[in-house]
Amino acid sequence: MNDTSRRSFLKGAGATALGASVLPFLKVLPASAASGDVVVAVTGQTINSLDIHRTGTNRPSYQVAVNVYDRLVSFGTKTLADGSLSYDYSVIEPEVAESWEFADDGMAIVFKLRPEGKFQDGSPITAADVKWSFDRAVSVGGFPTVQMKAGSLEKPEQFEAVDDLTFKINLLRKSKLTLPDLAVPVPMIINSKVALANATEEDPWAMEYLHKTPAGSGAFKVAAWKPGEQLVYERNDDWTSGPLPAVKRVVLREVPSPATRRALLERGDVNMSFNMPNKDAKELSDLDGITVATTPIENSIYCLCPNLAFEPFKDKRVRQAIAFAVPYDEVFQTAAYGRGAPMWGGENATPTDISWPQKFPYSTDLEKAKALLEEAGYGDGFEVPLSISQSQADWMEPTALLIQENLAKIGITATIEKVPGANWRTASLVEKRLPLHLETFGGWLNYPCYYFFWAYLEGHLFNSSNYRNEEIEALTAETLHMSVEDPDYAPKIKRMIEIVWDEVPRIALWQPALNVGTHDVSGYEYWFHRQLDVRGLKKA
Amino acid sequence: MLPDRLLTIGLRVAQALPVIFGVIVVSFILTRALPGDPAVYFAGAAADEASIAEVRSALGLDKSLPAQFWIYLTDLASGDLGQSISTGQSVASDLATRLPASLELTLISLVLSCSIAIPLGILAATRPGSAVDHLCRVLVTAGVSLPTFFTGVVLIYVFYYLLGIAPSPLGRLDFVYIEPDQVTGFYLIDAAIAGDWETWTGSLKQLVLPAITLALFTLAPLARMTRAAMLSALSSDYVRTARAAGLTEEKVLSTYAFRNALLPVVTTLGMVFSFTLGANVLVEKVFAWPGIGSYAVEALVVSDYAAVQGFVLAMALLFVALNLVIDLTYTMIDPRIGFQTK
Repeated sequence: MNDTSRRSFLKGAGATALGASVLPFLKVLPASAASGDVVVAVTGQTINSLDIHRTGTNRPSYQVAVNVYDRLVSFGTKTLADGSLSYDYSVIEPEVAESWEFADDGMAIVFKLRPEGKFQDGSPITAADVKWSFDRAVSVGGFPTVQMKAGSLEKPEQFEAVDDLTFKINLLRKSKLTLPDLAVPVPMIINSKVALANATEEDPWAMEYLHKTPAGSGAFKVAAWKPGEQLVYERNDDWTSGPLPAVKRVVLREVPSPATRRALLERGDVNMSFNMPNKDAKELSDLDGITVATTPIENSIYCLCPNLAFEPFKDKRVRQAIAFAVPYDEVFQTAAYGRGAPMWGGENATPTDISWPQKFPYSTDLEKAKALLEEAGYGDGFEVPLSISQSQADWMEPTALLIQENLAKIGITATIEKVPGANWRTASLVEKRLPLHLETFGGWLNYPCYYFFWAYLEGHLFNSSNYRNEEIEALTAETLHMSVEDPDYAPKIKRMIEIVWDEVPRIALWQPALNVGTHDVSGYEYWFHRQLDVRGLKKA
Repeated sequence: MLPDRLLTIGLRVAQALPVIFGVIVVSFILTRALPGDPAVYFAGAAADEASIAEVRSALGLDKSLPAQFWIYLTDLASGDLGQSISTGQSVASDLATRLPASLELTLISLVLSCSIAIPLGILAATRPGSAVDHLCRVLVTAGVSLPTFFTGVVLIYVFYYLLGIAPSPLGRLDFVYIEPDQVTGFYLIDAAIAGDWETWTGSLKQLVLPAITLALFTLAPLARMTRAAMLSALSSDYVRTARAAGLTEEKVLSTYAFRNALLPVVTTLGMVFSFTLGANVLVEKVFAWPGIGSYAVEALVVSDYAAVQGFVLAMALLFVALNLVIDLTYTMIDPRIGFQTK
């Protein structure tokens, strides 16, 4: 094929069948001049697998599950106060399922699948595919199994293919988390015929095959994937689970240097920069032609955690003293460039509503801090290492330095200890051996009780403070599966919030934000999984 | 002569085998000695103890160290470098795409820096104290004192952001081009083989800024070494004799002085090459270059054992080859040097 004909061929619509070695791009057209249906986005992270169920699949790869696969249900969309779009946690919408209903006793959900539902290879989506996919998610272990468990989806026996278009989940318990957990990326629906054809005896779940070759029904196909370089999505013109996306192709390039990403966006050579540093977001937000969406990340707080396994922090007053010593506003302005939401300076010691996260009733008050330390018998102060992760140094380092400075004013000598990124999780979360450290946890399922479950129960992963409170243990267990409408729910949650405000095993600093800069593209939507959903994008 | 040389090459390769084995052992032990637990890391955000244990056994990390080492050796013997967990690909395929990317960039930048540094060094040596000598000094000082990521960012800012003459710093090829079918992994060569000159130009354009960045950095040691070696050669007895014998200045410079001065320059070149190949992480980051340096660093950060070991092994093999080539070059430059004379 000579060059001219190849170019005209590539411009044509017949590019669908092309393999990864010959990419279906418009040749020699810069992004700014590219026709209306190609979006170019840059990100600093690598996509390391096309299968979210695989061991070792990293966070950025979750977006493949979102764009290339469908789930039974999805969340709705809402417009936030600043005009940007966000998924809507309160609305559950059909995706592969057309409708669903709970059994009379509430112990089963029956889903009716869309009769017209088709996978990308044209074969119909059946209840057997859903069952196989769910069996896989609860069986392979690791992250997918844990996430399924959060929705009380624990064993294959729960899933039943009643007929081709009817899928039933038998519930282990009534839980408000089950339905939303079906809308997270993990319970994606895989084409089981394709997967089984590529499964082997040692690999019954086709982990090797699906790792590199998705078999889904989603709005986009993967046209090319080169880890460390790029991922190219191409629209599935026969998508049956939603309205056809406006753009035909999305090219996602990996550009590790934030300075380069910024230059590319400013020059208009790319349409989108995903997960921008706060500094760039702040500086570019006033620029013509660039829209920066800064969305506070739901159910997520950056915290300073005193560890109750260590002596001075066993005393509540010492923890409170530290909470009064943090220079909140300076930290927020320096480390977050003011992007996100403040989590300090709450008015009351008891919460008035059950929104979470909400402002903790602490603010910078060194006198109070000193008095509390005096009362606790630490008037002369003490020494403590303040641990931060090297791989999150962008926000942890300035935060730690400012906190260190203020702790010195109340007599506490904090030495900053930098822990290598690979070691951080083991030290902070698994062994929980850091006396004073910074921590961040965000829950996918947007309920306060879900946050408490992970961050305040003894032994749970994100409770890096080794905190235990009998009342919290009991209340969290009671509220976790309880319906939000239950009259008992709000009072119990308020009580829980009140306790952890008073005992502060986690000192809230601020609620972080996700920054996404766009140029000539609209329709970006924030999702709890914090990955790029390309389905709604439109070229301006 | 020829079989003799082949024999020496064979001997050298044989001598390298224990070194390679040593590298394998050391890299295996060192990666395990690193802080950090890959099982915890790769089990993901919400992993509990059971799922961490599952991941640990899936990665084979629950076995004893000698058992792990034995598995690694047997895999190596069958050419299997293992799976990188962080990129999700086999280490062999990662190296096959990333090593050529780094080599292409490094070689181009070295050609560029040699073509400037060597003439500059010679000129500076023949005219010490002159304007050329000062220029050489300024360039050298600037070259070493400007860190590569800084030069890279400045070049992007000026030539891409302000002037708009450089292409988008998006790695080896702008997304509008089709990458050439892999033959050697060097885009310039592969595109030329395919006869796709559009892609060839595209990939050359992408190479210009990062190559200049690296060249500026590597210029300094080469120019300094050329100048110093030339100065000592020019003040030597044989050059004085050659001049006294009435040979032309050109003949004296090129045949007698330069040839003798070349040895240390080639040595430095070898060192600079090996250094640059592994150390241009920052340039790779700034230009989104999918090279070997950033690969190794990212693997190291997350304790991705197989990837780190594969990288160390590949570099070791490369250096063995490189040293061999340099030694052979010596014998060509100076016939008095032989492998046997020890």
